[in-house]
Amino acid sequence: MALEEYKGVYVFAQQVDGKISNISFELLGKATDLAKDLNTEVTAMLLGKDVKGLADQLAEYGADKVIVVDDPELEVYRTEPYAHAVCSIIKEFKPDIVLYGATAIGRDLAPRCSARVHTGLTADCTVLEIGDFPLTVAEGQEQKHGQLLMTRPAFGGNTIATIACPDHRPQMATVRPGVMQKIDKKAGAKAEVIEFNPGFTKNNCYVEVEKVVKMVNDTVDISAAKVLVSGGRGVGSKENFALLQDLADALGGVVSCSRAAVDSGWCDKDQQVGQTGKTVRPHLYFAIGISGAIQHVAGMEESDIIIAINKDASAPIFDVADYGIVGDLNKIVPLLTDKIKKAQEEKNQTA
Amino acid sequence: MKIVVCVKQVPDTAGEVKFKPDGSLDRAAMETIMNHDDKAGLEAALRLKEQYGAEITVVTMGLPKAEDVLREAMAMGADKAILVTDRVLGGADTWATSTTLAGAIRNLEYDLIITGRQAIDGDTAQVGPQLSEHLGIPVISYAQKIEVEGDSVVVERQYEDRYHVVRAKMPCLITALAELNEPRYMTPGGIFDAYKKEITVWGRADLKDVDDSNIGLAGSPTKIAKASDKVRKGAGTKVDNLGAAEAADYIVNTLKEKFVI
Repeated sequence: MALEEYKGVYVFAQQVDGKISNISFELLGKATDLAKDLNTEVTAMLLGKDVKGLADQLAEYGADKVIVVDDPELEVYRTEPYAHAVCSIIKEFKPDIVLYGATAIGRDLAPRCSARVHTGLTADCTVLEIGDFPLTVAEGQEQKHGQLLMTRPAFGGNTIATIACPDHRPQMATVRPGVMQKIDKKAGAKAEVIEFNPGFTKNNCYVEVEKVVKMVNDTVDISAAKVLVSGGRGVGSKENFALLQDLADALGGVVSCSRAAVDSGWCDKDQQVGQTGKTVRPHLYFAIGISGAIQHVAGMEESDIIIAINKDASAPIFDVADYGIVGDLNKIVPLLTDKIKKAQEEKNQTA
Repeated sequence: MKIVVCVKQVPDTAGEVKFKPDGSLDRAAMETIMNHDDKAGLEAALRLKEQYGAEITVVTMGLPKAEDVLREAMAMGADKAILVTDRVLGGADTWATSTTLAGAIRNLEYDLIITGRQAIDGDTAQVGPQLSEHLGIPVISYAQKIEVEGDSVVVERQYEDRYHVVRAKMPCLITALAELNEPRYMTPGGIFDAYKKEITVWGRADLKDVDDSNIGLAGSPTKIAKASDKVRKGAGTKVDNLGAAEAADYIVNTLKEKFVI
C-alpha cells in the first residue's frame, strides 16, 4: 500500500428520508480543521436516491467536493449496498481519512467497510487531531508525521485512549454525535459535485427491508438543548417527571434522563443521556435522582454547570457535580421551580 | 438449525469500579461477567432453539479464564463451547479479533451467528459487522426482535428514531441489543452439567484461512498512541442538612451568580 497516494479528508454524509443528519455537518466541521492542518480538501460522500439536490447544504458547511452516488438500491439504508458504494469510492478516490457518525447507521457501515478494505477503524471518537505517531520516538525508531490521532473514551468513560492507524489507509473513525462543532454556515457556497455510480449487483448479502416503522417523535433533541433537567431512578414514577418538566419549562430547557428511567418505562429512549444514549454538553445540567453510574457520567460530564439533587449523600453523581444538594427532590424541585419563576418575574419588573 | 453465539468476558463496569492507589483502574480486582449484549444474544438463541430446535455453539476469544463465561453459557443451555486462546492472538484490535473469530468459525457449520451489539469495556460495536464481512454473509445490527421463517430470519433492526423489519436469507449474522430479552438464570442442574461438558480449546493452528500477519497486536491496523485513565473534574460543593426551601434558595442564588436567570 503506497500510503502517500491517499489524500483528502472524506466524510460519510448521512441522510435519512432525504434530510441530512446533523452529525454530517458536525463531521464536516471537524474535517475542515483536519484538512487545514494537512493542506488538503474536504470531500463529502452523499449516498441515496434522488439526493443530488442536498449537495449545496454540504458545501455550506464545509465540503469542497461532494461525491454523489444516486441509486434506487440506496433509498433506504441497508448495509451491503452502502458498504459497496463507500468501498468503491475508497478504491477509486483513495482518501487519506474517512469519518463516519457513530450513529446506528455509521456504527454498522464503517466496520463493514473497514473489514472489506483492510484498514483500521476507531469507534466513537471524541477528539480528532493531526500529529505524530509514535508520539515520542526511541533512537532509530521511525516517526510518522501528519497522522490522524483518534481519541476515545472506553471502559464506560473511565479510560481514554489515543489511537493511530499508521500503516493502513484510509484512516477511519466513527465520531460521537454532539461533540464536534459545525462551522458557521457559508450561505451560497458551492462544491464541486462528482457523480459516481459503482453499479449494484444483488448478492447473498442484500437484505430486504419489509417495513419501516417510525417512532412518533414529538420530543426535542436533547443534544441541542442549552439547559437539561435530567431524572433517574430516584424520580420514582412517570408522573413525577412532571416536576422536572415544570422546572425545565421555567428555565427554557428540556427533560432528559438516565438509562434507569428508560428501563422503568418513564421516558423515551431518545431522552437518554449516557454511554448507550446521547452525549450532551449543555450550559446547565440538572441531575435529579440520578445516582451517577459511570455510563451516565460519560455522557454529561462535559456540561458547563452540573447541579445534582439526590437524597443519598454517597451517590457518585456528587463526585462530578459542581453543586450537589443532598435532599428530597419531591420537596426541593417544586419549590425551586416557583422560586426561579419569582426571580425571573422580579428581574423583568426591574428591567 | 445451527447457531453460533459469540460471547465476551468483560469486567463488570456496573459493579464496583476499583482503582489502584495511583488512580488507574484495577482491572484484576474487578468482577468479570458475560457481556450483557452477548448474554441477550445467547438468550435469543436459546429461545430459537426452544421454538424451532437448534444446536447452539458458544465461541469466545480471550484468556484461558474466559472459560468461565463458556461454562455459564452451557449452564444456561448452550450445547457446545469453544475457547479460542493463544498468546499470539493477544493485543488484537477489532479488525484482528474479527479475523481470528472468522478463522475459528470457518471450522463450524452455521445457519445463524449471533453476537452482542457491543462489549461494555470497549463499546466499539465493530466486531460483529467485521466478522460478517470476513465470512461473506449479511449482517443485521441492533436487533430488538428475531424470528425465523423457513430459510430466512426476520429481524426488527433498531435505529435512533425508527426500526426496520429486515428479512435476510441464512446464513446471516445478527448483533443483539441487551433490551432484546431478559436472559434466564442458570439452573442448578445446568451448572452441574456444564462442568461435566467438555470445552474445546483452539489455538492459532486451528484457525482456518488466517494469515499470520493478520492476528494479534502485530496484525492490528490500529495502534495505541497513548492510554490513560481519565482525570475527572473534581467534585464541587456539596451541601447537606439544608431544608427544602433553603436548598431551593441555594440553587436559585447559584443560578443568579452564573447568570442563568
